[in-house]
Amino acid sequence: MGKGIFEVLFEYWPIFLRGLAGTLEYSFIAVTLGSILGAVVAVIHLSKNKFVSFIASVYVNVLRGTPLLVQMYISYYFLPMAFPVLNKIDKIYFVMFALILNSSAYVAEIIRSGINAVDSGQTEAARSLGMTKGQTMLRIVLPQAIKNILPALGNEYIAMVKETSLAGTFMLYELMYTRTILANKYLVWQPQMIIAGIYLIVTLVLSFGVKKMEKRLSVSD
Amino acid sequence: MIDNRIPLIETVDLKKNFGKLEVLKGISEKIYKGEVVCIIGPSGGGKSTFLRCLNLLEVPTSGKVIFEGDELDEKKTDLNLHRQKIGMVFQQFNVFPHLKVIDNITIAPVKTKKYTKEQAEAKAKELLAQVGLSDKEQEYPRKLSGGQKQRLAIVRALAMEPDVMLFDEPTSALDPEMVKGVLEVIQKLAESGMTCVIVTHEMGFCRKVADRVLFIDDGVVAESGTPDELFDHPKNPRTQEFLSQVL
Ligand SMILES: Nc1ncnc2c1ncn2[C@@H]1O[C@H](COP(=O)(O)OP(=O)(O)O)[C@@H](O)[C@H]1O
Ligand SMILES: [Mg+2]
Repeated sequence: MGKGIFEVLFEYWPIFLRGLAGTLEYSFIAVTLGSILGAVVAVIHLSKNKFVSFIASVYVNVLRGTPLLVQMYISYYFLPMAFPVLNKIDKIYFVMFALILNSSAYVAEIIRSGINAVDSGQTEAARSLGMTKGQTMLRIVLPQAIKNILPALGNEYIAMVKETSLAGTFMLYELMYTRTILANKYLVWQPQMIIAGIYLIVTLVLSFGVKKMEKRLSVSD
Repeated sequence: MIDNRIPLIETVDLKKNFGKLEVLKGISEKIYKGEVVCIIGPSGGGKSTFLRCLNLLEVPTSGKVIFEGDELDEKKTDLNLHRQKIGMVFQQFNVFPHLKVIDNITIAPVKTKKYTKEQAEAKAKELLAQVGLSDKEQEYPRKLSGGQKQRLAIVRALAMEPDVMLFDEPTSALDPEMVKGVLEVIQKLAESGMTCVIVTHEMGFCRKVADRVLFIDDGVVAESGTPDELFDHPKNPRTQEFLSQVL
């Protein structure tokens, strides 16, 4: 058995802290950039042009329908192989690339369904007043959709905090990677439990935050 | 006949299909300035669809909608400009829940550059006073009753100073005690000379305000005439049957 959990935590806490910082940072970057990309995909998906909309739905379905780990492998190994110029780039970016793309597909669906959830009567009322499509989207639909979108984005961030654990496989310094570091010191089960505990605490705290946000946003309904 | 005048709105053989379903089967009607036209008929007959075609919320499958001499066409005409002159009031109010009462009214005039913010607010206050909502100016719509929401929706449309107002069953979603207040507002408006097209199930109200009544059934105007003609001496058996059920 060797050392106890608290002993390990006490001795190696900077490693776990750095891992946690990595986890939070990578998920934040993935969701933020994923949101920007996802917003674009959502707009394309909402297009009245069937073909254009179809392309976006393929994008979303492929990225949501295949495991993130597979996407990471493809990005990490296949992309630099297919495009040798990319070999100059730090490998970490290929992992991030997969995370961002993956997140963008989920965010696109969040935004699209958030917009679709706004009663079509709102659009009709605005258009009947002579407001343009753009004005209607910007002034009437989006401000209402945001109430559905923001909490869901929070949940996407929580999901991403857990998903980034896969990045440790590719030597990105995040929580799960601390397991690899400490395994070199013949510590296996203790780090595992500590990591699980940290994930749990972080996701619980974030979930609590999302719930509060949801409550505040729903006040005006 | 009045046919030598130019109609405000004219439809020519208006047809609308939803997929295979033929909802409007060719409606040719003329609505003149200052006229109050009520549309009655059984549910599912195409009343709402007809009304929604008048401002192209529904795009007709074939036929024409001519407004103030311009054929409304999604591609050619500046539809937004025309819609600014066609007010619409919906059964479900469709007030903007994220905007205060006053902003519900001013957003369209300001964004369409019809008025400056100051002008629009002055106008909104005047309109709110007319429908007894002055004290609600800074509230959000969630604080309003159904009747108040519908009165807000009416003044929101009026703030654009439209040439015609379309009403789609404006009191059907209201609790009975709220109906009267809303009908009074519409009646005042009709009496002030506003051109109105009103889909309604309130037969007493229809009789009181209408210059002309259209009975729409199964996608066609099955009968039309003055309220007296239509209610007291309906010619079409379908009109007779419908009236016997609702009166
Ligand atoms: N957007 C739509 N898509 C498909 N069918 C519709 C749509 N709108 C209306 N309909 C159908 O058209 C018919 C007429 O509807 P509507 O014009 O609402 O009738 P009314 O207002 O007289 O009750 C109904 O059978 C209705 O189900
Ligand atoms: Mg209807």
